[in-house]
Amino acid sequence: MTSFISWWTSAVVFGTVIMYGALGEILTEKSGHLNLGVPGMVFLGAFAGFASAFLLEQKTTNPVVLLLIPLICAFAAGALGGLIYNFFTVTLKANQNVTGLALTYLGVGIGSFGGQYVVKAAGYETFARASATSSIYCKSIAKLGGLTDPFSKMFLSYGFLIYLAIIVAVIMFIILKKTRVGLNLRSIGESPATADAAGINVTKYKYLATIIGGGISGLGGLTYVLIYCQGGWMTANSIEALGWLAVALVIFSTWKPLNAIWGSYLFALLYWFYTNANVFHMEFNVVQADLVQMLPYLVTILVLIFISLRKKKENQPPASLGLNYFREDR
Amino acid sequence: METAIKFENVTKTFGTIVANKDVNFDVKKGEILALLGENGSGKTTLCNMLAGIYYPDHGNILINGEIATIRSPHDAYRYHIGMVHQHFKLVDIFTAVENVVLGLDPKDYKFDIKAASKRIKEICDKYGFEVDPNKKVYNMSVSEKQTLEIVKVLYRGADILILDEPTAVLTPQESDKLFNVIRNMKADGKSIIIITHKLQEVLSVSDRVAILRKGAYIDTVETASATTQSLTDMMVGQKVDLNIERPKVEHDIPLLEIRDLSIKNDEGALAIDNVSFYIRGGEILGIAGIAGCGQKELCEAIAGLRNIESGDINHLGKSIIGMKPKEIIDEGIAMSFIPEDRLGMGLAPSLSITDNMMLKTYKDNAWYNPFVDRKRARNKANRLIKELEIATPSSETPVRRLSGGNVQKVLVGREISAGPNVIVTAYPVRGLDINSSYLIYNILNEQKKKGVGVLFVGEDLDVLLGLCDKIMVLCHGKVMGVVHADKTTKEEIGLMMTGSLDLTEVKKDKDFGIAKDSFIEDKPVDFNSEEIIDKFKEEGVKEDE
Repeated sequence: MTSFISWWTSAVVFGTVIMYGALGEILTEKSGHLNLGVPGMVFLGAFAGFASAFLLEQKTTNPVVLLLIPLICAFAAGALGGLIYNFFTVTLKANQNVTGLALTYLGVGIGSFGGQYVVKAAGYETFARASATSSIYCKSIAKLGGLTDPFSKMFLSYGFLIYLAIIVAVIMFIILKKTRVGLNLRSIGESPATADAAGINVTKYKYLATIIGGGISGLGGLTYVLIYCQGGWMTANSIEALGWLAVALVIFSTWKPLNAIWGSYLFALLYWFYTNANVFHMEFNVVQADLVQMLPYLVTILVLIFISLRKKKENQPPASLGLNYFREDR
Repeated sequence: METAIKFENVTKTFGTIVANKDVNFDVKKGEILALLGENGSGKTTLCNMLAGIYYPDHGNILINGEIATIRSPHDAYRYHIGMVHQHFKLVDIFTAVENVVLGLDPKDYKFDIKAASKRIKEICDKYGFEVDPNKKVYNMSVSEKQTLEIVKVLYRGADILILDEPTAVLTPQESDKLFNVIRNMKADGKSIIIITHKLQEVLSVSDRVAILRKGAYIDTVETASATTQSLTDMMVGQKVDLNIERPKVEHDIPLLEIRDLSIKNDEGALAIDNVSFYIRGGEILGIAGIAGCGQKELCEAIAGLRNIESGDINHLGKSIIGMKPKEIIDEGIAMSFIPEDRLGMGLAPSLSITDNMMLKTYKDNAWYNPFVDRKRARNKANRLIKELEIATPSSETPVRRLSGGNVQKVLVGREISAGPNVIVTAYPVRGLDINSSYLIYNILNEQKKKGVGVLFVGEDLDVLLGLCDKIMVLCHGKVMGVVHADKTTKEEIGLMMTGSLDLTEVKKDKDFGIAKDSFIEDKPVDFNSEEIIDKFKEEGVKEDE
């Protein structure tokens, strides 16, 4: 039981990283933007969160500042990625796939370079830690109340970012499903010409959805650095792989925010199955572990096959996903 | 009557193409105005300027006597202008009511789906049509979608409605229903602009007709004083003979013979069921039938694009079953199929006219020459542009930038320029205006005179009766009979199309679809012998009488 709880708790934190990435991408894709720059934006968010926290800690111990500034920086960094993407695909009408991939490389490049710079400037070799900020981000109800029963461990032992992700998902669901703004946004992803003819400002919606989506993805990076890595920044890390998991999760959740919640935990459980296989009295060697880590992708492919076979229109990607919109194009 | 819209010297250009030049006319309140013009004459562009999709380069649009600046569809709604586009602007996965409330101004309308459903019902009752507010658009038929578009426009309180070719996709009964709705709206004091190619409809529904030619405004006439002939002449700018020519050509040997052919469609059902027929040189065989009764599958099978279930397709006595499309082309069989979206098959929309010519000829080089012969293709493209009067800035313009009629001319022209002896052509005049249609008929007739056999799959029975020598009628993949075009009536073909009349049953003793001088015989025939071919020719004439 204890080994399952530790598998579960680490999966929830890890899953939240993917969930933020996926939620941001769902919002982006609902506007018809296939932004393959998710790994880049997660990386940017991670770097901005870590760097701001690490540098602030040397100046102040005020918990409010240490809480808010990294949060804002991570969101802003991800949003900046979204802004770049918008500028290229909406304003300059560049190809979406190319722009997205370029953004991934840009984000990973800036993030690794900047991170390395911060670590080295502080006099460390390959690893530095923003421990004060991390401890604030890791504060949980279970810890504050000294609760140790299994239920508290499984559900109350996390920092606020983990719950915020679920709240964001629910809010996104409500906005997309129940409000005028959501209807407008979905119509743009389905058929921008229709939305345009209906008098909706397509450019504005595309910009806003992609920028906010980028910001949400950036929070995934913040979660990774300050909670999952407990404030530690390694110059060699695996944030990019997480970004691709987020892209897979968008497909897995069939573009529905609520599916992303449980989907992200499932992904994380599957991803870390190989180190927790003892729960099922199994053990894997290195090669097998690599194969087992493919499970989330395998599941995504199965979901893809399943939804293609069912041909239910509501489960398909937004119809104009990946296509730029020109009003006067014929 | 008061004036609702007034165009004053409205001009719009796209690059070097002038879509509208100095357009001047007005539309009154409570009036149905038909906007008439050939393909590419700028009707849709003009209306798009009213709807805020395009903005005029210069000139003014006056709404209710005041100069209106319509920079976006949103502005258009402020002026109570609503347009129903030819390609519906609907979100497939939304319900009807969601589509209606989409984009409504938050200042004027609360976001309330239930209240919106109720108002949709009210509008439907007022003008006499039916919409289920909770039906998803992807479950709707074409006419339901169109109704929804009109409701959407009325919901926003439009007083000026623009309908862009509303009947192009409707059955005659659905069109009549639509016209009743339009008349109800007119009675309600709304102004309606209707764009259409069908002159009969113009005459039956409109009050006045405005005519555009090559982007320029020609005149507005009272419908009461107009006739089909007078409108056509104005639209085209010269006298047009509305009779389709049917030259008499000496019948030749059977070129393409099809025996007991069965083909399955994509869903695995039998699309063509045990069909036999033949095409002679120098004749046009029309195929009539309700949409989707196997025409597409038949064309694809002849072109080698679809596997057959059983039966035989013979070209000059040689089976072409199992041949690759390229080999079939080399045999001299050309196929041009114009699908509903008019671009889907045969042409690569983003490539230039020259490149599209090259799609069929790139293999004609000497074997040692690895380069494509662009110059020859360009010459060919330029020749077609000149001969067929294709309106295009140059031979290097991407095909998708041309208007529908010109795209079709490119396709049909390319197929014919390969010098085939059998032409299979499906819906070659789909969506074309009168002038372009007659141009295509002339092209086909010329081929017929040269001794080419033409298989013409058509929709318009008047055209089939005027152009074809014989008409084969299909119903659910079965042949209902082959009739001589000059000995049959529209009614008879109509009955056969619906399966009410089956001539193959009535005249059982006759071997339908098998030529007396068939090349398909038990004993091998020496086709090089002049004697035998002469004999075939003689018998062919006799058999056809």
